[in-house]
Amino acid sequence: MEPRIGVFICHCGSNIAGTVDCEEVARFAGGLEGVAVARDYKFMCSDPGQELIKKDIRELGLNRVVVASCSPTMHEPTFRRAIQEAGLNPYFFEMANIREHVSWVSVDKLKATERAKALVAAAVRRVYYHQPLESREVDINPNTLVVGGGIAGIQAALKIADSGNKVYLVDKNPSIGGHMAQLDKTFPTLDCSACILTPKMTLAGSHPNIELLTYSEVEEVSGYVGNFKVKIRKRARYIDLGKCTGCGRCVDICPVKVPDEFEQGLSQRKAIYKPFAQAVPNKVLIDPENCLHLKGLAKGKDVCRLCQKGVKGGIIGCETGAIDFEQQDEVIEVEVGSVIVATGFKLFDPGVIYQYGYGRLENVITSLEFERIVNSAGPTSGHIVLKDGSEPQSIALIHCVGSRDEQYHEYCSRVCCMYSMKFAHLIKEHTSAEVYEFYIDIRSFGKGYEEFYNRILEEGTVFIRGKPAEVTNIAETREEEGKLIVQFEDTLVGKQRRLPVDMVVLSCGLEPPGDVEAVGRMFNISRSADGFFLEKHPKLDPVATMTDGIFLAGCCQGPKDIPDTVAQALAAAAEALAMISRGKVEVEAATAIINEKLCTGCQLCKNVCPYSAISFDEEKKVCRVNEALCKGCGACVGGCPGDAISLSHYTNEQILAQMEGALT
Amino acid sequence: MKYYSFFPGCSAESTGLGLGLSAEAIAEPLDMELVELEDWNCCGSTPYGSLAEEESIAVAARNLALAEKRGLDLVTPCSSCYVTLSKANRHLQEHPTLLAQVNEALAVADLEYHGSIRVRHIVYVLYNDITPESIASKIKWGLDGLKIAPYYGCQLVRPDYGLDDTEFPHTLDRLVECLGAEAVDFPLKARCCGGSLTLSEEDRVLGLIRSLLQSAAENGAQCLVTPCPLCQTNLDAYQSRVNARFKTSYKLPVLFITQLIGLALGIEAKSLGMNTNIVSPREVLDYIYNRINYMTTHQKVDKRG
Repeated sequence: MEPRIGVFICHCGSNIAGTVDCEEVARFAGGLEGVAVARDYKFMCSDPGQELIKKDIRELGLNRVVVASCSPTMHEPTFRRAIQEAGLNPYFFEMANIREHVSWVSVDKLKATERAKALVAAAVRRVYYHQPLESREVDINPNTLVVGGGIAGIQAALKIADSGNKVYLVDKNPSIGGHMAQLDKTFPTLDCSACILTPKMTLAGSHPNIELLTYSEVEEVSGYVGNFKVKIRKRARYIDLGKCTGCGRCVDICPVKVPDEFEQGLSQRKAIYKPFAQAVPNKVLIDPENCLHLKGLAKGKDVCRLCQKGVKGGIIGCETGAIDFEQQDEVIEVEVGSVIVATGFKLFDPGVIYQYGYGRLENVITSLEFERIVNSAGPTSGHIVLKDGSEPQSIALIHCVGSRDEQYHEYCSRVCCMYSMKFAHLIKEHTSAEVYEFYIDIRSFGKGYEEFYNRILEEGTVFIRGKPAEVTNIAETREEEGKLIVQFEDTLVGKQRRLPVDMVVLSCGLEPPGDVEAVGRMFNISRSADGFFLEKHPKLDPVATMTDGIFLAGCCQGPKDIPDTVAQALAAAAEALAMISRGKVEVEAATAIINEKLCTGCQLCKNVCPYSAISFDEEKKVCRVNEALCKGCGACVGGCPGDAISLSHYTNEQILAQMEGALT
Repeated sequence: MKYYSFFPGCSAESTGLGLGLSAEAIAEPLDMELVELEDWNCCGSTPYGSLAEEESIAVAARNLALAEKRGLDLVTPCSSCYVTLSKANRHLQEHPTLLAQVNEALAVADLEYHGSIRVRHIVYVLYNDITPESIASKIKWGLDGLKIAPYYGCQLVRPDYGLDDTEFPHTLDRLVECLGAEAVDFPLKARCCGGSLTLSEEDRVLGLIRSLLQSAAENGAQCLVTPCPLCQTNLDAYQSRVNARFKTSYKLPVLFITQLIGLALGIEAKSLGMNTNIVSPREVLDYIYNRINYMTTHQKVDKRG
C-alpha cells in the first residue's frame, strides 16, 4: 500500500503561530515525498480540527497522519482516537512537537520555522514506516494501595472503601493521622483538629474494606497499571496487636524516658509507648533503640522486661501476654490496580537560618511546637508559657521562614499566613500578651480566609510588614535586657526598628519529606523544581502522574491546606474508582519482540527488564517476551548484545528514517 | 608547593604588622609561596570608592594588571583590600566599556588588564586550597582547650562573593578547630566593628566594640581571632577605652588567624609579630606553653599527623 500522508500543522492560537510561520511549514510539508495533503489550522485538537483530519482521511484516502503541534503526552491520545474513528489504525500516526520543542523555546521566527520544518520532515519520514499495531486490554485489579495515612490518605481510603472496594492503607508511623493529628485548631473556622480528624481515623481503623498497615513501609513496586505487585515491610512493634488492649499499664511501668516525637520533643515518652492518646490503632509499640531489654538482647543479656513482668509489690505487667520480644519484621506482598501516594510534607528546619536563633535561643520555637504547646492535650496542657514556666507578655510571629526565600524555598507554602493568624487568635484567647505578626504579604485566598484576617486585625494583633533580619538576645538598651529582640525593617515606615519580645514563633514553610526521592523512584513519579511530586498536568490533570495508575493526593504534590488536601484526596479516589468501574485498561501496543533465530539465550535482557516481562524457554534456549507485561520501555533492546530484540513502533528503520528526515 | 601573588596591603605593614609577619611566616610550613607583588600600590580602600568610583577602580586595577603579568591568583590577608580589589575586578570583568577606559589610564604606565585574575582572601586560600585537614596534619602541637571567638567582621563575607554564608560564616570556625582549639558560639561573628568611624563617631563605635567583647566573654572565649586588620585594630587598640567608658575590665587579646596558625605550627611568637598586639596575649601564650611543657614532661607530646 503506497503511503498517502496527511500533514496537519497546528497554530495553537498564537502559541505556535506567534513564533513559527505555520503556513510556510505546511507549504514545505506539501512538497515532501508521500505527502498527499498538508494543511495548517488554528486549533488542531478542537472538534473542527479533528473533523478536518477525519474528512481528509475519508475523502483523500489518507493512510498515514502527521500532526505538528504540542507534546505527545498532551494530545497523542486525542489524535490517535480521531484517526481511529476515521477508520485508520491509530498507530499510523506520528506527532511532531513544534510547541515545547520549538515555538516556546525560540525567539527568532525564521530559525524557529526552519526547526519546525525539520521536525515535520522527520515525522513524515518516520510515519512512512509505521506498522499497524493492536492495542491490548488488561483486567484491572480492584484493590487500591494508599501510601501515607495523613488526612489525604485517610480520606481517599475511606471513599474507596465505602464504594465496596478493598484498600491497603500504609503508614510508616505507628499511628495514622499525620500532621493534622498534631494541630490544635484549624483555620478559619477554628474547629478543633483532633475533633474532626479522630472520627475519620477510627473509621479508617475499623472499616471492613480497609486493611491498615501502620509502622510499615513500601519496599518494592513492580507491575503496571491495573496489576501492581507491592512488597510492604511491616516493622516489628514487639507487640501482638491481636492481644494488646491499649490499656497502657506497660507504659506506666517502663523506666526509660526519651523525647516524644509527636510532641516535637517538648515532652518525654517511654520506650514502650502509644504514639498519642487517639492513636489508631490504639495499641502500644516498643522502640527497639531505647528499650533496655531489646538493647540487652543484642548483647546476649536478659534485662528489665518490667512491662512484661510487672513491678514487685506494685503494678502488674501485661496481662494479655501481648508483649513479644521475639517479633520480627514481616514482608508481605499485595496486588493492587492503582496506587494513591499521599506521603505529605516535612516542616522546614529553621535551624539553618542561624540569624533566627532556633536551637540557640530559648523561646524561639517552630510553628509545630507552638501547635503542641497551645493544644490542651500537649506538653503544657494548653498553657502558653516560656521555657521558665512564666507567661509571655509579647510574642512575635515571623512569617515565611524558609518560604518565599531564594536561599531556601522560592515557593509560598500557602498555609503559614493563615496558621500564624490562627496563632494570634489563640494567643489572645489564652493570654494577655501582645502579638506581632511579621509578614511579607498576607495571603488569605481561601473561602472565609479574608474574613478571618479582618477578624484578627480587629482583635488588636499588630501587623508589621517586613521580614526580620535577626532575632538576638544581645540587648542594646535597658528595655531589651532579658528579651528576645527582633531586628527588622518596617517597610511601611521605611525604618530599621528593634522590637523586644518574650517569645518568637517561626512560621516555617512546608517542604518535601526526606525520603521523597526514594519514594519517587519506587513509584516512578517525577518531581517538579520545588522537589514535590509532579502531577500530569498542573491544571487539567492535577492528581494523575506520568505513570498510569499512580495518583497523588495532598502535600506530597505541593503545599496546601486541609480543604485543598481533602479535595485532592477525593479526586484521587475518584480516579482510582473510575479505573475500577471500567474494569479494563488499554495498555501500550508497542512491545518488544525477540527474533528467536538471532537470540543466543544469554538472558541479559531478562535481567534488565524492569517489568519481569521476559522469560527463558529452557527447551529452545531462547528468551520470550510476555506481551501482557511488556511496557515497551526498550531497556532489553539496548541490553541485547546480539541485536535480536526490536521494539515495535520504535524499529531501527523508523528511528533512522526519523533522523534522516530531521537532518535533510 | 602552591604559588600565589601576594598583596599585603598597607595595614599589614603598619597598624596590623602582626598580620603581614604571620602570613609570611606560616606560608612555608604550609607549602605556600607568597610572592609579593612588585611595586604594588594602595588598593583604594572604601573612602576613595565612595568619592570617585571610576578612579578608585583604576587604582585597584593597576594591582590587578601587575598580578596578571605573573598569572597567579592574587592573595591578600586584608579583608578591606580583598573587598576593594574583588569589587574592582568584578566591575572590570562585567563591564567592557569600563575596562577599556581603565586600560586607557593604565596604558600611561605601560600596563593592561584583561580580567583574568582571581582575587582571593588568605582565609579562603587556607580553607579551600591548603584545607583544614592538611593544616591539622602539619601543626606541631594542638591548641587543645583554648577557647576562641572567631570574628569575621563584615568585609570578609559581605558583599557576597559566594565563598561563605553572609550571615553565618563558618570557614574561620573550621580553621580554628583544625588547630585543636574550640570555636565558641559567637552570635556577633559577622557584626560591624565600627570600621573607620572610630575617628569620627567614637562613642557609637565604642558601643559596638563593647557588645562584641561582651558577647565573646560571655561565651567563654579566652581571645578573639580575626583575619581583618581593621577589626583587629578597633578591638585591640580601643579595648582600654571601652573599659574606661563602660567601667568594664575586658582583657581579651585579639589575634590574627595567621598568628594563631603560626603558634600551632610552633613558630616563635615574636616572629609572628605577637609583640605588636596591644592587649597582651601573654595569658594565651602561657596557656599554650604550659600545656606543652606539661605534655613534654609527661612524655606525651601531642604531635599530630
